[in-house]
Amino acid sequence: MVLKSKHLLGLKDLTRQEIELILDTAGPMKEIIQRDIKKVPTLRGKLVVTLFYEPSTRTRTSFELAAKYMGADTVSIATSTSSVAKGESLRDTAQTLAAMGADAVIIRHSAAGSPVLLARYIKASVINGGDGMHEHPTQALLDMFTIREKMGRIEGLKVVILGDILHSRVARSNIWGLTKMGAEVRVVGPPTLIPEGIENLGVKVFYRVEEALRGADVVNVLRIQRERQKKGLFPSLREYALLYQLTPERLRLAKPGALVLHPGPMNRGIEISPAVADGLQSAITEQVTNGVAVRMALLYLLIGGGR
Amino acid sequence: MMKILLRGGRVIDPSQDLDKVADVLVSGDRIAAIGENLEKDRETKVLDVGGCIVAPGFIDMHVHLREPGYEQKETIATGTRAAAAGGFTAVACMPNTQPVADNAAVIAYIRERARAVGVVRVYPIGALSKGSKGEELAEIYDLVEAGAVAISDDGNPVMNAEVMRRALEYTRLFNIPVISHCEDLNLTAGGVMHEGFVSTILGLRGIPAASEQVMVARDVILAGLTGGRLHLAHLSSAGSLHILKEAKSKGVKVTAEVTPHHLCLTDEAVIGYDTTTKVNPPLRSEEDRQALEEALRDGLLDVLATDHAPHTEEEKDVEYDIAPFGISGLETAIPLVVTRLVEKGRLSWQRLIEAWSCRPASILNIPGGSLKEGSIADITVIAPDWEKEVDVDTFYSLGKNSPFQGLKLKGWPLVTIVAGRLVMENGRVLY
Repeated sequence: MVLKSKHLLGLKDLTRQEIELILDTAGPMKEIIQRDIKKVPTLRGKLVVTLFYEPSTRTRTSFELAAKYMGADTVSIATSTSSVAKGESLRDTAQTLAAMGADAVIIRHSAAGSPVLLARYIKASVINGGDGMHEHPTQALLDMFTIREKMGRIEGLKVVILGDILHSRVARSNIWGLTKMGAEVRVVGPPTLIPEGIENLGVKVFYRVEEALRGADVVNVLRIQRERQKKGLFPSLREYALLYQLTPERLRLAKPGALVLHPGPMNRGIEISPAVADGLQSAITEQVTNGVAVRMALLYLLIGGGR
Repeated sequence: MMKILLRGGRVIDPSQDLDKVADVLVSGDRIAAIGENLEKDRETKVLDVGGCIVAPGFIDMHVHLREPGYEQKETIATGTRAAAAGGFTAVACMPNTQPVADNAAVIAYIRERARAVGVVRVYPIGALSKGSKGEELAEIYDLVEAGAVAISDDGNPVMNAEVMRRALEYTRLFNIPVISHCEDLNLTAGGVMHEGFVSTILGLRGIPAASEQVMVARDVILAGLTGGRLHLAHLSSAGSLHILKEAKSKGVKVTAEVTPHHLCLTDEAVIGYDTTTKVNPPLRSEEDRQALEEALRDGLLDVLATDHAPHTEEEKDVEYDIAPFGISGLETAIPLVVTRLVEKGRLSWQRLIEAWSCRPASILNIPGGSLKEGSIADITVIAPDWEKEVDVDTFYSLGKNSPFQGLKLKGWPLVTIVAGRLVMENGRVLY
């Protein structure tokens, strides 16, 4: 079994079998990370480029580590340090990267669809590291890996995605992935942050967090961004926290032992209370480790002879 | 005197309720006769148009010729050749040039260039406000004196309702229409495509249909208040049509247009992030598309217009969010509507010709729109059976930004005659 496409542009395009393949491959990768000497030669001689048009520490570092643990060379290009700031087009940047011999390019961009554009210009594997409000497939894969590891399965679980669904690429990728894996997905947030027609993706929409949490197995809390308030999508962070913050009291409405996830970085005391973030049910730090494992699996499957 | 005899075509002229197989004789710049077996002399150029539709010249009342200021996108020379190739004998061009056509000098420049290098008639539309900033009225008398046939701040919606009110009121002096691009910029809020399920999946910011509808409602109310003549550009949504219908039934002086792309595409075309589908107003839902089709059929939508908006390849070959809005439409417009609507029996030839020739002429109060003997010899001939693929590389327009590239279409324009002069034959522009 191999992945059909050499790119990973979104989970919309993957089958359940492909998602399972990635998650199955990530298991042994996690063992490598936990060794004393975290290095295998699988990707020796390969060049992995991270092309980040938006600030990110977590995703970029995670991909770089994943590539390095597998022996690849890595180059990271960020907007502030490259010719992108001089107004070079994505097309020209792509051609430059191709000329340098990139085998895989991980792109993060504020404009939805940029990875699709890049894949049109370049022979290398393109991995979407988050594009606008569109998708963030590796985040959803690591979320699903974490869920499967902690809960033993994904099928049949009730998974709540809480917060700014409208602007969240994490939410969209999770919805595609989780519904393909047979989970029951609920989204909850203020009506101004629920996108048009989202229920057509097979999710249940809630405005009240208490109702959404009832009987839930997993709660994935999204980061709320300050700019959204300035645009008038909700009155204040204070009111947002009053209505939607995941507190220990609210978490008790979910099933006992329900899993808490957050893609980070967290606004403690806004979308999630410190007690929940650091509590026994939280897998937030483990998500980071799993992120490296999932990205190793993906690089292996895309450029390491796994295809 | 130059004479042209169009022999054996199906002559359709809604201005005189005519639909019959006949010859059309052009003498000088006038229609000399319509009849059977018309005589020719030695100087007469005879064109056999058997099986073709012979119609009064098509008038596209909404194009962007980009000159002056954006000659890398289009010029009056290339834009009018695109028009001729597309079967149009006249175009009305929008004032969002650089500088903005908010003064007599720019209007005069456009007319002068059109006379010197143009191949079809060019009617400039003046800016509604100074700099199209929507704050103070432009010198409309001066614009009209210089040759403007309407005023509009197309592309820069007039957000201040009082400015729109005064424009509608003041233009009663000149009996010209105010053309409104209906869009509430606050509701658009940086959107790049229709707000709906598709925008949700693609993660692109949506432009709600309400952004158009609230301005349509505002503008018809102001037209009712002032008695001014309002023309609504490129309507895209079903909701706008309900408001339009209500206004028309109350006797408000309002007309409206629809583009071929809004009749032929929906927001699903955006899947894949092809920036040639980025257009304002955006491609909307199938429900909207159907409502537009029906409204065009029954005459609620008065005219067809392309909103021809050429851009360079490098401007369009970028991320969807930052690509400019617009479709290069002149050279695919007629075959698109013929293939998708006329050939399928969803729009009559009569209605097509009325909406793209007679009505634009009457709304803008310009010559054309009729084949009556003695009227100006602007003629469009369409070959309903001529089938070929759209190839942007053959466009006369500098704008290759078409979402219809590679599409097989029927009903291409065969001949364009402007003031008795043959300017296009078999798709080739002769000047």
